[in-house]
Amino acid sequence: MLEITNLQAGIGDKPILRGIDLVVPQGEVHAIMGPNGSGKSTLSYVLSGRPGYDVTGGTATFNGADLLDLEPEERAALGVFLAFQYPVELPGVGNANFLRTALNAQRRARGEAEVDAPSFLKMARAAMKALSMPDDMLKRNVNVGFSGGEKKRNEVLQMAILKPKLAILDETDSGLDIDALRIVAEGVNSLRGPDFSAVVITHYQRLLDHIVPDRVHVLSAGRIIRSGGPELALELEANGYAGVVADAA
Amino acid sequence: MSAAPTALQSAAASFVQRFDGLKGRLLGDAALREESAALMRRFGLPGPREEAWRFTSLRKLAEQSFHEPLTPVADCAALLARLPRIDSPRLVFVDGRFRDDLSHVPTQAGVRVGTPAFGTLAKPEQDRLVALNTMLAEDGAEISVAAGVDAGMLLLVSLATDLHGRAVAFHPRHSVSLAAGSRLTLLDIGIGDGVYLHNPVMTAVVAQDAALTHLRIQNESGKAFVLSTLYADVAEGGTYDSFTLAVGGRLSRAEIHARLGGAHAIAHLNAAQTLAGSQHADFTTIVSHDAPNCASRQTVKTVLAGAARGVFQGKIEVARIAQKTDGYQMNQALLLSPDAEMDSKPQLEIYADDVKCSHGATVGAIDAEQFFYLRSRGVPEAEARQMLVRAFLAEALDPISNEAGRAAMEHAIDQWWEGQSA
Repeated sequence: MLEITNLQAGIGDKPILRGIDLVVPQGEVHAIMGPNGSGKSTLSYVLSGRPGYDVTGGTATFNGADLLDLEPEERAALGVFLAFQYPVELPGVGNANFLRTALNAQRRARGEAEVDAPSFLKMARAAMKALSMPDDMLKRNVNVGFSGGEKKRNEVLQMAILKPKLAILDETDSGLDIDALRIVAEGVNSLRGPDFSAVVITHYQRLLDHIVPDRVHVLSAGRIIRSGGPELALELEANGYAGVVADAA
Repeated sequence: MSAAPTALQSAAASFVQRFDGLKGRLLGDAALREESAALMRRFGLPGPREEAWRFTSLRKLAEQSFHEPLTPVADCAALLARLPRIDSPRLVFVDGRFRDDLSHVPTQAGVRVGTPAFGTLAKPEQDRLVALNTMLAEDGAEISVAAGVDAGMLLLVSLATDLHGRAVAFHPRHSVSLAAGSRLTLLDIGIGDGVYLHNPVMTAVVAQDAALTHLRIQNESGKAFVLSTLYADVAEGGTYDSFTLAVGGRLSRAEIHARLGGAHAIAHLNAAQTLAGSQHADFTTIVSHDAPNCASRQTVKTVLAGAARGVFQGKIEVARIAQKTDGYQMNQALLLSPDAEMDSKPQLEIYADDVKCSHGATVGAIDAEQFFYLRSRGVPEAEARQMLVRAFLAEALDPISNEAGRAAMEHAIDQWWEGQSA
């Protein structure tokens, strides 16, 4: 379970998150929607430990562990996974090597046995097939020369292999056409289960047609101003953010 | 001159003194040695006011006194154990002297040792380290491959033994000659312990359609001075494909003069330098395009930790006759510490009008986005940094098609890295 209480954070003197309260119980998928600049990406970065953000107040725990006190790699080993809005290119790092290094680093941190190369390849090929990714994407350098859709699929591939307990999807739908969106959504849905929860950050409702959330939260100016069921996303889609933001003010 | 001699002059004087005591016993061209000694007497070691030595000071070398190597009898087992396990013929030199008992002389290539073959490629009058070598060279390998022969791989190994504080200087003189259509992969490795000066000069003549792959691993003692000069001359359709790795040495310089003298000749002068502590390494190249339709490629990558300093000087000269020249030079440095320093000096001198020459240089730190991306996937800091350093070097290392050679390079780099993080 992810529990965020009165979380405040910013960059330097500039506050961005102004007191976030959010509980995502185990097994649930929550959507966070909001206008540009409301703090959606900052929330995902603060939860995953990206340097450059100053946490000035509040707490965030995952299954009881104080996330904010952990290094990014320790959070990953606990099962926290951030699907990047802009996946990073790693020239000179092969995708297979990257995935296997990450998997084994997490397993080592958890005291589990490492996965050998043949078993890893078998696992990776199966996951790629499910995501309609060609085999050669394992041989290519991480995200280098990938199209926008391929990069997002590669994020979901990492998720399928690392099997996180909490996935934070930062605008994973941006830059995807309908077919890619469906593939990505199916990839996420296939992980759903009692041990998997997700925070799906999106600007638009269309991703939520495919990944149906248990709860929807509206983020504005660094606070969650409204929460509701999946129908809230439809209301936002129909009426825009302006009405909800004005109501909350 | 009335002023007191500088350290550089005194150091040169003591090398000349050694020559004066030794010369009756030195084999090879005596007149050339005398000319080189005259250059040393007159000019001393090169100093910082000389453009070619602006970034690399020999002052620390000049402050060290050096002795003659002893008769090499050490068993060298510990040093030999550090060599990559490659089952190829090998020529082993210990403290600059050939050791028959440690060598396996090849059958596909001719080898002569003992008398330095100076040849005409090396230019003592233009480079005083070459003059120093020419004056004092006692031994070296003369390797020749007959026309049309593929001689496979040959290891040329220099081992330097720690003589318990007795710093020695040795100046081996090697020559490689590939006749038309022949091939050779030369894996040139230097390792050692303690304080010493290794000042090798090599000349490489690549005849028509011949191909020399020259893989160099400078993994010498962290207290050593390693100053190497290489001259390659490539005839029509020939290839000189080299990779120079500098991992060891306190102060090192690898200088290459490559001349493309026949049409469609190719030179690759790729390099990587991985340095830490107060190491200083310099990679200096002069590529002369003297014929049309030739290509030269240089990808030079430097990784600097601690207060290490890297230097790259790359000059491409294109003669008027060398139309359709394709010259490429890329120099990139990755600084792992704020105290590290990289000096880069590209130079293009082009007298032909229909050429394609490009060069670029970048200096940067580890990319914060890439670093966070790896860590967010669970890769711990040290491992993430190592992955990014490897990735940075990959562009230079990947084109090495000889797998054993590339593996030996990667192994040396990994060991360097582990030494840093330990």
